[in-house]
Amino acid sequence: MKRLPTLAAASALALALACTPALAQDVTITNARLVLGDGGAPIEGGSVVVEGGRVVYAGPQQRPSNGGTTIDAGGAWVTPGLFATVTTLGLADVSAVDESNDITARGAPFSAALDASTSINPVSQHILVHRAAGITRAATTTLPAGSIFAGQGAIIDLDGDAQPVMQARAFQMINLGEGGARLAGGSRVAAHVLLRAALREAQALVGKPGTPQTAEIVKDDEVLLSRFDAEALVPVVTGRQKLYVAVERAADIRSVLALKAEYPRLDLVLVGVSEGWLVANEIAAAGVPVIANGLTDLPESFEQLGATQSNAGRLARAGVKVAINAASLQDPRRLQQVAGNLVALSRVPGASGMSWGEAFAAISAVPAEISGLGGKAGVLKPGALGDVVVWDGDPLEAGSVPTRVFIAGIEQSLENHQTGLRDRYSDLDESDRPKAYDW
Amino acid sequence: MTSPIELRARGAALMALGCALALGACATTGSADSAVAADANDRGDTAFAATAAGEPVFASTYKPYPNIATAIRGATIYDGKGGRIDNGVIFMSGGKITSIGGPDTPIPADIAVFEGAGKFVTPGIIDIHSHLGDYPSPGVEAHSDGNEATSPTTPEVWAEHSVWPQDPGFARAMANGGITALQILPGSANLMGGRSVTLKNVPARTVQGMKFPGAPYGFKMACGENPKRVYGGRGRMPSTRMGNFAVNRETWLAAIDYANDAKAKRDLGKETLVGVLKGEILVQNHCYRADEMALVLDMAKEMGYRVTAFHHAVEAYKIADLLRENGVCSAIWADWYGFKMESYDGILENAAFLQREGACVVIHSDDANDIQRLNQEAAKAQAAGLRLGIDIPDAVAIQWITFNPAKAMGIDAMTGSLEPGKMADVVLWNGDPLSVYSRPEKVWIDGALMFDAMNPKTRPVSDFELGQPGEGDVK
Repeated sequence: MKRLPTLAAASALALALACTPALAQDVTITNARLVLGDGGAPIEGGSVVVEGGRVVYAGPQQRPSNGGTTIDAGGAWVTPGLFATVTTLGLADVSAVDESNDITARGAPFSAALDASTSINPVSQHILVHRAAGITRAATTTLPAGSIFAGQGAIIDLDGDAQPVMQARAFQMINLGEGGARLAGGSRVAAHVLLRAALREAQALVGKPGTPQTAEIVKDDEVLLSRFDAEALVPVVTGRQKLYVAVERAADIRSVLALKAEYPRLDLVLVGVSEGWLVANEIAAAGVPVIANGLTDLPESFEQLGATQSNAGRLARAGVKVAINAASLQDPRRLQQVAGNLVALSRVPGASGMSWGEAFAAISAVPAEISGLGGKAGVLKPGALGDVVVWDGDPLEAGSVPTRVFIAGIEQSLENHQTGLRDRYSDLDESDRPKAYDW
Repeated sequence: MTSPIELRARGAALMALGCALALGACATTGSADSAVAADANDRGDTAFAATAAGEPVFASTYKPYPNIATAIRGATIYDGKGGRIDNGVIFMSGGKITSIGGPDTPIPADIAVFEGAGKFVTPGIIDIHSHLGDYPSPGVEAHSDGNEATSPTTPEVWAEHSVWPQDPGFARAMANGGITALQILPGSANLMGGRSVTLKNVPARTVQGMKFPGAPYGFKMACGENPKRVYGGRGRMPSTRMGNFAVNRETWLAAIDYANDAKAKRDLGKETLVGVLKGEILVQNHCYRADEMALVLDMAKEMGYRVTAFHHAVEAYKIADLLRENGVCSAIWADWYGFKMESYDGILENAAFLQREGACVVIHSDDANDIQRLNQEAAKAQAAGLRLGIDIPDAVAIQWITFNPAKAMGIDAMTGSLEPGKMADVVLWNGDPLSVYSRPEKVWIDGALMFDAMNPKTRPVSDFELGQPGEGDVK
């Protein structure tokens, strides 16, 4: 089929690069402005040593380890790979092209049972583009469409190999704000009943997998909760799977925190939380982490009347564990820019921002911790995965990009469809042959 | 990934203070009206007549707010036209820029002087593509006023009639983005979405209180996926790109007939189209793909109008030479890509490649959030160029969000650069505006201090936000 040969060629190239067999290298990077991701300030002249895909050393300069490749960073910024949450990476090629979009399944009878890990495309252009932006791992999930339950999200890496899924079914996500209200039939009240009914069904199934007699929750022709969905909620109600709750309004946040009284084993994570600063102390007291919208500052809905860019900073000041929500951005690769803006706020009178180290951690170590990868991703310390990024500038500055990206010790290609276009159109000379021959 | 606002199918168009429309139509209508009036008077009856076509209607009531003569000294100044002055002085009085220069520039005694050491001064930032007010916050259905998506061509609608001046987004754009002027466009559901309106970003009770005095109108057109999806989905024309062009061409031919028909009855849509043909209304054309932009340029030649700017032109880099030759600006994002098929080939280097070819670059937002950070978007686009050895000076990157949009909106004689005699639309930044770490410290519009980060009371709060959580917060 003759169709867009340029696209096909670029994709084939990207695929070829992505599939090139590679082994974990032993790598030592020296002379770095080294960021550990732990919230601290950069270490000048630092070095990081990766062996067997893991970090074995990160800190002030030391004698390079034996063997492997040594890279002199020449004073460049070197950081852990960024960790993006919440995303849909790998679940769509073009979101507005329905055929390519696995993010929502409005017509499916399933909701909580949906399992994103079954359908991740490891060489999706979005994955390749975001890898080139320094994101090495991500939480990715389907989104609520037929019910308040989004389905079960996965933790993925972005190395483009045959195994993108690090952890399948890592979390369930639900919406208990305006969006959930609409999906539940028109009100928050209905959403809360649906949640409780679903958890009761799940509770009844604890220890009884495969039980066929669970009642379905049905409205007209729509199945709001099938028995498969109920069974999928067993790990939620027993606290073995995290429950991400998307919610914005202060009152709604309180309602979510109150669920812990009814279901003490719920392992809650709040997502969105535009008005979190109004109930920051309550969130902190509950010990619930937040994946917060970073720069949302408009009353885009009645549940976001109190939205302010100072939200994340104020939550952090109150002692809440805060990661920046990639889902609130045009694309997850803007996480670095959002973090930089939070630093900028610390210079605005009356605003609450973050220190550089805190802001960087909010897009690396903290989201990794929330995703169950504390100490393994988003940080450079012994035992952590060898995800290392060398940057061409301050990684929180708009416009900075990686010059080298390692995932688990393997250097990654930074090529993709966009770089193919960039190279082809670096001039407009067609005097010899059309651009289609330039690849 | 959020669903891009653009997918709500918004459109674009500019507007100008009532220009005399259609030669033929205007003269004809005038004489016909006179004749009717004469007859009526002969009968001793009252004559009924609307304001004649082309006379100002919904006229601007904006007047600059009180200002005090003010100077900033010791700052790095980007003048908006590619110039940079280190340790510069800018002096404004009477709402105008009085002088600008190096450290020796005289500053009169007894005026307000701000020390600008370590700070930066730019012209007020200008967004050529916004839907503030016509898709305001909160974005509830009752506020969805940006697309008259009931016919593929609605040249008769004017975006100003949808603008809600209480949209809190205006104040955010000023305080966080230094926006002093912006063009509000109809959406892109329609091939011809209607007239745009250019506003001063001043809080006002009415849209007339925001209208930029003397700004020309714009006309929003849209290529590609949106119109064919919206109308094809209803089983009507256009459902294809070829249908898009057919409907456009038929509409232009009808407008030309109208312009040539001295007896034609007034038609609001055709008055706008004739204004475009006469060059009084500027075409702002939503168009992603390079091949479609090239076709639009030929359609414009065929029908005898000019395209002023292509908006969302993610593939402009593929035809930068053509755009330069035709003198068309590309109003673009720095990094939006891949959210719809026609955005699939978006690349970070778009602006830099256009600049390299000598084509006009404008960085736009189309977004209530991105309008708060056009400076950062410009910085991202600039950095992408530098990585390929295309060294775009900081002062030129600032031009992408000041003078160039002013030019493409037809207001460059009044604002968009810091030159003596121009409106004192000025931003004092607390650091390099091309750094993510900088924010506006003060914003002047026509010399009036409309935002001051150092004074919580010098921060606009819309009616909607009074008595709500976070009223008057830093946001």
